[in-house]
Amino acid sequence: MAAACSTEEGGFLETYKQQVETLGDLTIVRPSGFIDAHTAPELERALNNLVSERRFKVILDCQLMDYISSAGLGVLMGAISTYRQNQGDLKIAQMPAKVFKVFDLLGFSKLFEVFDTKEEAIAAFREGSA
Amino acid sequence: MTEKPDGQAFEAVFSNDTAELSEIREFVREKAQGLGFSEEELYQIQLAVDEACANVMEHAYPPGMANPGLHLAVQVEYDRFTIVIADRGLTFDPNLIAPPDLAEYLAEYRVGGLGIYLMRTLMDQVDYNIQPGVKNEVRLTKYLATE
Repeated sequence: MAAACSTEEGGFLETYKQQVETLGDLTIVRPSGFIDAHTAPELERALNNLVSERRFKVILDCQLMDYISSAGLGVLMGAISTYRQNQGDLKIAQMPAKVFKVFDLLGFSKLFEVFDTKEEAIAAFREGSA
Repeated sequence: MTEKPDGQAFEAVFSNDTAELSEIREFVREKAQGLGFSEEELYQIQLAVDEACANVMEHAYPPGMANPGLHLAVQVEYDRFTIVIADRGLTFDPNLIAPPDLAEYLAEYRVGGLGIYLMRTLMDQVDYNIQPGVKNEVRLTKYLATE
């Protein structure tokens, strides 16, 4: 499943796209590009779709994420809250340093589990820490 | 030592549409690049401007209100980089917006309300010039390291 969001008619300039991959009971969401007030609804739709599918164990693989504004952080906050209420979690992997710095500044790194690699995030779910 | 440009000014008008945010970020990066800011500082300037503009796009112009868009002015001085974002939409009192209690915010899984806090944290100075019925201006300043 992949979706893209364009900032110019005809999709000439693509600033955001995402991929969703299923791995057993885990789901890996890979946002790519810039998450701002314009593109955050696209990520929100993907994360909300998982709620309808009752898939609450999710890894956000941020390797290709260039940018996230407060609009995107709000989407992550809404999702982690719902997932945890359903015995799941939203774990973060491979967040670029400049993005993490702002994430950390806001204290989000205290609320979200953040891992250097996707494999570590998968292992954390497998070890049953939700 | 590279000579820093001083006294340069740039202006641009963007429509009040979140699709413009990527162009706005590029505009600001282009003007801030080469002045001596680190990559991390450039990112933070872009983010602060994005937050300010997204606030205008979301709150300044309710449906039906004439919408002349938002005006960006960039000033480069030897010791600072300043972006002024102006709109003619609904006014607000920035003094009424208290910084969030982050511990409480996170504990309650709150959503929204971090934009102004981010602007104030990422920039060295944030000033408002609110003239009800005339214009709203937010001025974001980042200082350059000077020898």
